[in-house]
Amino acid sequence: RWEEMASSLDAPNLDDYLTADSLPQEPPRSLTLRDLLDISPVLTEAAGAIVDDSFTRCFKSNSPEPWNWNIYLFPLWCLGVVIRYGLLFPLRFLTLILGWMAFFTAFFPVRFLMNGKNRLKSKIERKLVEMMCSVFVASWTGVIKYHGPRPSSRPYQVFVANHTSMIDFIILEQMTAFAVIMQKHPGWVGFIQKTILESVGCIWFNRNDLKDREVVGRKLRDHVQHPDNNPLLIFPEGTCVNNQYTVMFKKGAFELGCAVCPIAIKYNKIFVDAFWNSKKQSFTMHLVRLMTSWAVVCDVWFLEPQYLREGETAIEFTESVQSEGHDSCSGWS
Amino acid sequence: MGNASSMLTQYDIEEVQEHCSYLFSQQEIVSLYERFCQLDRSAKGFVAEDEFLSIPEYSTNPLSQRLLRMVDGLNFKEFVSFLSTFSARASLQQKIEFIFKVYDIDGKGKVSFKDLVEVLRDLTGSSMSEKQREVLI
Repeated sequence: RWEEMASSLDAPNLDDYLTADSLPQEPPRSLTLRDLLDISPVLTEAAGAIVDDSFTRCFKSNSPEPWNWNIYLFPLWCLGVVIRYGLLFPLRFLTLILGWMAFFTAFFPVRFLMNGKNRLKSKIERKLVEMMCSVFVASWTGVIKYHGPRPSSRPYQVFVANHTSMIDFIILEQMTAFAVIMQKHPGWVGFIQKTILESVGCIWFNRNDLKDREVVGRKLRDHVQHPDNNPLLIFPEGTCVNNQYTVMFKKGAFELGCAVCPIAIKYNKIFVDAFWNSKKQSFTMHLVRLMTSWAVVCDVWFLEPQYLREGETAIEFTESVQSEGHDSCSGWS
Repeated sequence: MGNASSMLTQYDIEEVQEHCSYLFSQQEIVSLYERFCQLDRSAKGFVAEDEFLSIPEYSTNPLSQRLLRMVDGLNFKEFVSFLSTFSARASLQQKIEFIFKVYDIDGKGKVSFKDLVEVLRDLTGSSMSEKQREVLI
């Protein structure tokens, strides 16, 4: 306790408005009562928290500046709305329905008629899932650019990506059928999770179940070791964030003892804000919003696999991967 | 969130600036106003206790309760004045006065033995017994 207090006298500060030394610094000497009662750093921290706190920043969705407010731009915008809702949306919706029908007619026979767990069956299912995701992406006119080497299916590797919305998963899945660790959602999403994603080898967890963690940990380890399994994709943040600040990664992904391949996904906000505020909108509403926008433009970078270095702790490893992902994301903004 | 600064006129900003003895620049006051509006979620004109306590980094501060008594219910002008003490441009005298006010929370003009024990209690929590604190001071 005493050491904490002594070190807090030199605490660096959070903000531009506030300075670290509101009282003149004195040369360090043995701790006296006066040091103990010196509340200035504590007060400074409190004021710092009042002025700005990092937690709130991550979950704010930046509302777009309205640009259609004057007499010239407004009719153009109206025209845009008509095109988007009247023309694009029905087309996209139709594509989606057709895609689903094609998918189901192919998927269910393969699932239930071809017996056994033979490789051909898994291969077909995988391809079908990829195709379905491509249909989804087409339904919002997704313009996605992939950079870097495509993920390979090898054991002892795990992929981590930043998370903005459920569509991150769909975008990545379109390229390679990953296995994910996901929370079970209610509604039609849950139905899809249960029937289709099982085939890709997904792992379920329940955030509220404490015992679940060990079980899930074991399942993760098993999955990674088996070469036939699809590569595992983890979203360490665990929640959707607005792409500008990074919430601390959960370190579970980094303790598996394998190579960690970071994937950075960055959405171009000009066309649509892909941030899904899951408290404000249901997933269906979010999809409808995407389908009535012009396009979803994003870049996906597949970065170099990172390995735990000598003497690095799991937390340091987490931080270095996180900053690596952040660097490539902030190449443009 | 919208443009909070559009609700503040130039006159408002100058009035607030004068009230805090010009310790903040106009841009800083605009930013503080955005923050104030963000904290005052029900747009009452002041920030209530529970809204301060909803800031995670604030609620874990040992002196949060003591500060709350000073900062609860302040309107924006007073809020800025309160924070101006922390500015690098504030005088040493002002800062010492502030610390004195934190100790002498009921404003009697003197820091009593009871005040010192209370602050020490806030800072040390349960790692010292009441007797130990009294002996220390």
